[in-house]
Amino acid sequence: MSDAALFGGLALLLVVAVFSVRALAIRDEQSAVGRFGTPLLFGFWMLVCWQVLVQALDVPQVLLPAPTLVGHSLVASFGVLVSDFEQTVLHSVLIGLVVGCSLGFVVGVLIDRSPFLQRGLLPVAALASTVPLVGIAPIMVMWFGFDWHSKAAVVVVMTFFPMLVNTLAGLAESGHMERDLMRSYGAGYWRTLVSLRIPVALPFVFNGLKINSTLAMIGAIVAEFFGSPTSGLGFRISTEAARLNMGLVWAAILVAALAGSLLYGLLGWIERRATFWHPSFRGAG
Amino acid sequence: MALTERARGRLGEAGFRAAPVLAVLAIVLVLWYALAVALNAAQVIERTLSSQPRWGALDLIRLTLSMNRPVLPAPHQIALDFFDGVFGWPLDSPRNLLFHAAVTSSATLLGFAMGTALGAVLAVLIVHSRTLERSLFPWVIASQTVPVLAIAPIVIVILGSMGMTGVFPKAVISMYLCFFPVAVALVKGLRSPGVMELELLHTYAASGRDTFWKLRVPASLPFLFPSLRVGIAAGLVGAIVGELPTGAQAGLGARLLTGSYYGNTVQIWSALVMSALLGLVLTGAVALAERLLTPGGKR
Repeated sequence: MSDAALFGGLALLLVVAVFSVRALAIRDEQSAVGRFGTPLLFGFWMLVCWQVLVQALDVPQVLLPAPTLVGHSLVASFGVLVSDFEQTVLHSVLIGLVVGCSLGFVVGVLIDRSPFLQRGLLPVAALASTVPLVGIAPIMVMWFGFDWHSKAAVVVVMTFFPMLVNTLAGLAESGHMERDLMRSYGAGYWRTLVSLRIPVALPFVFNGLKINSTLAMIGAIVAEFFGSPTSGLGFRISTEAARLNMGLVWAAILVAALAGSLLYGLLGWIERRATFWHPSFRGAG
Repeated sequence: MALTERARGRLGEAGFRAAPVLAVLAIVLVLWYALAVALNAAQVIERTLSSQPRWGALDLIRLTLSMNRPVLPAPHQIALDFFDGVFGWPLDSPRNLLFHAAVTSSATLLGFAMGTALGAVLAVLIVHSRTLERSLFPWVIASQTVPVLAIAPIVIVILGSMGMTGVFPKAVISMYLCFFPVAVALVKGLRSPGVMELELLHTYAASGRDTFWKLRVPASLPFLFPSLRVGIAAGLVGAIVGELPTGAQAGLGARLLTGSYYGNTVQIWSALVMSALLGLVLTGAVALAERLLTPGGKR
């Protein structure tokens, strides 16, 4: 194909893409087509451009494999990727996330009763957020071995502090009026906690959970760079990248991305169900 | 002159704030020593004490706190190694921790600058174009549910095969982590002026450019700075992780990796302390810039 024809074709493609995305974008904001269709169409055109460019310019697949190649390795090594998914997401991430978040929440509820401990722990927690906590990964691998336990431990450490901070902020959210009302009902500490303060704290708790879901994926994958059994998404990415098998690398990244988005989306869905009364969701369906 | 009433009050307040923190830190320190004894005990008993006829608890404690490659080093061991790493070697020696910190922070700062620029450009585009807002913004958000650090090895391989090595590939990873908080906060901030302010500028017959520079940009600063603090902390994580997969020779990430290869736990911990300090210094610098650039708007 000559260069002129190539660039002409590309320009035409670009014009079609821009106009179709625009046409969708100016549609009614409430309709599902406008809300979900626009980004999807945009992503679709990005993929098409990627494919065309890679093929037309003969980009070596080491640099950037074509989407079709990624799709091909996704199908071809489906079994491997499923076991990686199981190792990384179902073991390291989920277990670590549940343990870390529960710990953060419980400690938050406990030290909420002691202003002294709160004043002591909050600056430490704020400090922890500026510290690259993933750095403990090699230590955890030494302590807990190569299997998922060490990755889950990294996730626990990374997710503890954001949850603690969010829980404390949430528990402080219920106002004096509401607390006084609870007291006038003769409700004790635990009753007030369960019926008033924890429900009011839920938006903060979910915020912490959502932050932590991405942190957990990062922690688990990075910890696998420091040593892992022969499965896991991080292990797959680093070994296949070293072998320049980029199709499989990108497929593993795709799986990790889908898992991360799924986790995030799931938490968002639960949040909407659990905190339907909150102003940001009220009337949204 | 002696301390004024106000200064004394401030000092008292500082003590009031510091006391709980110090108490918590003291508890952590005590627990740490206890944990170090507990975790190292098995190895000490197996290696040295079991060959001796009689030994007491004091011998055990003394030996667990001075092991060569402990499971958990005692705080004073880390502190000694840290000071040796900072002051014990010339600045350009690969044994000097400050040398590694400089390598990592140069990647962090370059990535932070690129990420902030990218985030700002994206935000301006998104604020000005409805099409881009509807089509691009969801992907900016989706890009963060992707475990971005997973891409680190490929970025390094790709850029390395294009002949780019050293600081740039690491900075690209930092950039990827930095741009998101900046973009999201700037979109929020640039939109924050209300109808009243916009209409006021309209009555001044202000051009679009003037509205942008004199109203929207200043209004966005309070949103921008907290996200810059998040961004630079994330960028540091990116730079450290960027040093892992390549077998880099220098940088705090490389220090962590060699420490884990040779089982040198004290080295890992002092590299961790260094990266924690670096994180504090970097976020502190951003906070300082915030205080200088947003007069009156101190939060």
